[in-house]
Amino acid sequence: MKIGAVGGLGLVFLPAVKGFAGSGALRDAAGAGSAVGRKWAMVVDMQKCWERGAECRDCILACHRAHNVPEIPDPEEEVKWVWTERFEHAFPEQVHEYLAEHLRDKPFLVLCNHCENPPCVRVCPTKATFKGDGGLVMMDYHRCLGCRYCMAACPYGARSFNFRDPRPYLRELNPAFPTREKGVVEKCNFCTERLEEGLPPACVEACPAKALVFGDLDDPSSEVRRILSASYTIVRKPELGTRPKVYYVINPGLGNSGGR
Amino acid sequence: MLAKALTGSNRYWGWIVLLLVVIGVGFSCYLWQLKEGLTVTGMSRDVSWGLYIGQFTFLVGVAASAVMLVLPYYLHNVKEFGRITVLGEFLAVAAIIMCLLFVIVDLGKPMRLLNMILYPTPNSLLFWDMVVLNGYLLLNIIIGWHVLEAEYKAVSPPRWLKPLIYLSIPWAVSIHTVTAFLYAGLPGRHYWLTALMAARFLASAFASGPALLILLCYILKKYAGFDPGRAAVQKLAGIVTYAMIVTVFFVALELFTAFYSQVPGHGMQSLQYLFVGLEGHRGMVPFMWVFVFLSALALVLLINPATRAREKTLLVACGSVFGALWIEKGLGLVIAGFIPNPFERVSEYAPTLPEVLITLGVWAAGLLVLTVLYRIVVAVKKESALGNEG
Repeated sequence: MKIGAVGGLGLVFLPAVKGFAGSGALRDAAGAGSAVGRKWAMVVDMQKCWERGAECRDCILACHRAHNVPEIPDPEEEVKWVWTERFEHAFPEQVHEYLAEHLRDKPFLVLCNHCENPPCVRVCPTKATFKGDGGLVMMDYHRCLGCRYCMAACPYGARSFNFRDPRPYLRELNPAFPTREKGVVEKCNFCTERLEEGLPPACVEACPAKALVFGDLDDPSSEVRRILSASYTIVRKPELGTRPKVYYVINPGLGNSGGR
Repeated sequence: MLAKALTGSNRYWGWIVLLLVVIGVGFSCYLWQLKEGLTVTGMSRDVSWGLYIGQFTFLVGVAASAVMLVLPYYLHNVKEFGRITVLGEFLAVAAIIMCLLFVIVDLGKPMRLLNMILYPTPNSLLFWDMVVLNGYLLLNIIIGWHVLEAEYKAVSPPRWLKPLIYLSIPWAVSIHTVTAFLYAGLPGRHYWLTALMAARFLASAFASGPALLILLCYILKKYAGFDPGRAAVQKLAGIVTYAMIVTVFFVALELFTAFYSQVPGHGMQSLQYLFVGLEGHRGMVPFMWVFVFLSALALVLLINPATRAREKTLLVACGSVFGALWIEKGLGLVIAGFIPNPFERVSEYAPTLPEVLITLGVWAAGLLVLTVLYRIVVAVKKESALGNEG
């Protein structure tokens, strides 16, 4: 509770003064300190990530550290907000037998898509998950019943349930963000607590390859809109009508070293 | 009237004690689950619902089946059911209580249950399921109790009861429709994403519920000295026969669409997992072939008029129907919906021992409610029969 309260105070009282750092520099992000009227989205350019080398996990570590995501060894009970899946698992309906191996086996960063039309929000019986400002799909850990209906509804496997008390599995504690109890669902929140302060999401900031770009879809001059209009991009499972807001740049010759 | 439940033979009390012991064991396991979290179950981030929600789904069907007595009796004047409609209504009461308990033991934060009422969310089907299930529970308690009390006092039931009885008919349909909608409205779960789901649920409910009632009628006749009458049982057997045929037909429809279209995502992979295994994972295969065998056996025994009329073979048929549909709905339907997972990986589910014991505990709680209610029914029926003679 205490930690939650501190986090809450941070959200309310810290004025948004910092501009966005990193590649996804947002225009007038420091302005209002709230996300009203915006439509946040992320563009992932995996080519840049791979060029960096396979060992880099900076974005995942930054996220999980910032949000007190536990490291639970049992894969069946893992809690994860952002992680990688090979292309064939991230985009199963895009795979064919002769798909270039260098693409099929390449890792893609996956996270909550913050859908425009989120099924998880539709099914939640208590509004513990809801669409907040800026089109973010949010969680209220204090209202969640742990019925896991949202996990059945999410077609992206983006939600984790705390099958056990997560606190013993925290390497270090970030006192500025709440920890969770056993019995509730959690997922990526697009760093709403950082957006409120005018900061980009932790993963975006941490990425040394600048492979993650974050911005406002409603702003035609934003970096995300510029990339979306200039490149071929795909989203996960568009046929389901959820309208995901995490986009993936597919470059010609994607996966070939120096293919760009 | 309630006092009648406090009188009974040694066998009655022995049964009650046995149920209490099973409840006690289940409850102890539940306390452990409360302390440790749902990690004590076999559920995982991939198969995030399991045995509990499977039982819930199956038992909603059993509850809804009371309408198969009420509708013929009150709308079509099928006199044979006069003696047993209250058995159907009290079976519904016990089944709904089990449903609610299964939802509660499945929650990660059961102490927050009231959030569903404090923050009512009409866009969630779980909210509507809560409304219709509790409404149906209340309807059946009120109707069953007043009808029985009227019989006890040898008067006609109060007039205001009739509208409630009529209301209970569409209400029964609603509980299983809404429960089917819980599944059928999710975009990423192809096995569940079928408009046939509610119809399938209702058909299997109208087979499994009346089949259970036939078994219960036999038990009452054999051990409680109350005979609901051969005519009533045979009428029920006819209903079970038709409903079972329709149920198997519906399953066949799903198989056709999935396998003829060859669309992997149209439930084909889930069905492969169930019947032949997927990517080497075959956990459900033996169960599903038992389902196939029991369904075939039941159909043969039910469709053949001679075996349907003979008590022994009818009981085998009803046991088979109940077992088959328990496997199909109480296990296969829920689990296969999660397989393969959103990343097209197969991650299997098997319940743990504490999970099974908690499940048995809830079943025992339901049976306890049923036993007590049926004890009262039998006592009242016997008394009124004596009264009629005297």
